[in-house]
Amino acid sequence: MNQRSKVSLVAGVCLVFSLAASAVVLHRTDQLRPQATMEEVLFLNSPKMLKRASLGYTGLLADIYWTRAVQYFGGRHHNDAQSYNLLFPLLEITTRLDPQLLVAYQFGASFLAPPPPNGAGQPDRAIQLMEYGIANNPNDWKLYYDLGFVYYMNLKDYPKASDAFARGSRVPDTHPFMRLLAAQMATHAGEFDTARMLWTATYQNSQDKQIRANALEHLRGLRVDEDVTHLQEAVTRFGERTGRLPASMSELLTTEGLRGIPVDPDGHTYKLAPEGRVEVRVPDDFPFATKGLPPGFTPQPKFHSQNQ
Amino acid sequence: MKARVLHIASNTFREAVRDRVLYNLIAFALLLSGAAVLVGQISIEIEKLVVINLGLTAVSLFGIVIAIFIGIGLVSKEIEKRTLYTVLSRPVRRWEFIVGKFFGLAGTLVVNTFFMAIGVFAALFYVSHKFVRADGLILVALYFIILEFLIICSLALLFSSFSTPLLSAVFAFSLFVIGSFAEDLRGFAGMAHGFTRWLATGAAYLVPNFSAFNIVSSVAHEQPVAAQLIWHNSLYALFYAAMALSGAVLIFEHRNLK
Repeated sequence: MNQRSKVSLVAGVCLVFSLAASAVVLHRTDQLRPQATMEEVLFLNSPKMLKRASLGYTGLLADIYWTRAVQYFGGRHHNDAQSYNLLFPLLEITTRLDPQLLVAYQFGASFLAPPPPNGAGQPDRAIQLMEYGIANNPNDWKLYYDLGFVYYMNLKDYPKASDAFARGSRVPDTHPFMRLLAAQMATHAGEFDTARMLWTATYQNSQDKQIRANALEHLRGLRVDEDVTHLQEAVTRFGERTGRLPASMSELLTTEGLRGIPVDPDGHTYKLAPEGRVEVRVPDDFPFATKGLPPGFTPQPKFHSQNQ
Repeated sequence: MKARVLHIASNTFREAVRDRVLYNLIAFALLLSGAAVLVGQISIEIEKLVVINLGLTAVSLFGIVIAIFIGIGLVSKEIEKRTLYTVLSRPVRRWEFIVGKFFGLAGTLVVNTFFMAIGVFAALFYVSHKFVRADGLILVALYFIILEFLIICSLALLFSSFSTPLLSAVFAFSLFVIGSFAEDLRGFAGMAHGFTRWLATGAAYLVPNFSAFNIVSSVAHEQPVAAQLIWHNSLYALFYAAMALSGAVLIFEHRNLK
């Protein structure tokens, strides 16, 4: 081996060793100061200043901030956090940098509106975000739909939900059900039907697998809520008539003249608890159901949960 | 005359290739393919937007850096290496040398942009699995980026004709930054009064206006580009580059090279 080859070999080994060593030291340093991650830092919190600093490349910066918002929400949601202080500023910066980034309004509202741990519990901010989105994209009916969704699901503000759907029903190429939803909100009729219609629309109008799966989960939860409500009403009627609780589900069905054995969306029969409560057999399978759950049962948080 | 300009241009192009300028394509390819794969995993529903935004921004920034750092050395390097004297001792006029250098650098950037554009479309196909009609708008954005390069090349050459490479780089980069704020400058001028207004308006029109060339974000959202904007930008780039190039020729013609 000549002199040059020896030097090359030593330098090569040094290079690999130093690289590996620096990575290990950096990793150890990160462990020393776990709170020092950049996650909780906005650096620049003024959308205007960021827009200037981007030198016109606002689209890419908006994409980066949107990804930060997704990561921030995902990280805190994963840890069952109760506060999402940076979520709205991140979404505000994203949408100010790129007012046409529709995905930031649609997902942003569903991150902001639900109460913790499923969301930030900031429906007012979600509405603020959606109104800014509508002001910049007045012909996109989906934004009106999402605004009405927040008013209905999170605030139970029927007149404003109706107004949002009605505004959306007037834009070009709107979905026909917007007019129907506006009318339904105005009459405040059919809670289950309305909620089912909203989640079905969410399922049909999204291409995102996660959103569609989430909408399906909500539809399954709705079905459980509706079944349990009907069965619980039957239990009440049975009690009023006989002065006691039904001994079994089959007695309830026979006495109340209900057809067939009711089953949940997974095909399991509902069970009758000793106190006359109707319950699902596997509550963990229905994270968004609000009825038919054992006392004290806490469902695992899931993205996009809304108060039904 | 035409042959001499072409000869200088082709030599400038060859020199840039020899200086491994096109190696930036490797970095670009890595950046774009990495983003195309990664973004789908860490973000929601913006894969295509990121490919377009990142792709076109990278094309633009890589090109601007190349234009500035090669442009500033086009004249000074020839003087430093004393090759300029050999060139000018032949039947080549000084303005032909400047114009040839400009076309050589512009050609390098066009070739570079062409390969990057292939990368952008390949990444786009990877994330979308198909092309739609609106993707054609990316070509308009690329055209505007090339127009931007022409202006920066001419400015770098202008500064190179009378200043040191370091100062030329500072001047050219500063003008690029100021040019990105040109619309704001005109807005400030509108708010001023009297002589200040006149001065600010003059300055706003003197610096290059790059904001009209940046349509990356609107193209990413498939918003149509007005034919008039294409026409106006083409004319603006032509006139501005011609102005800066004329300045470079004027200075270089009167420069004492002894």
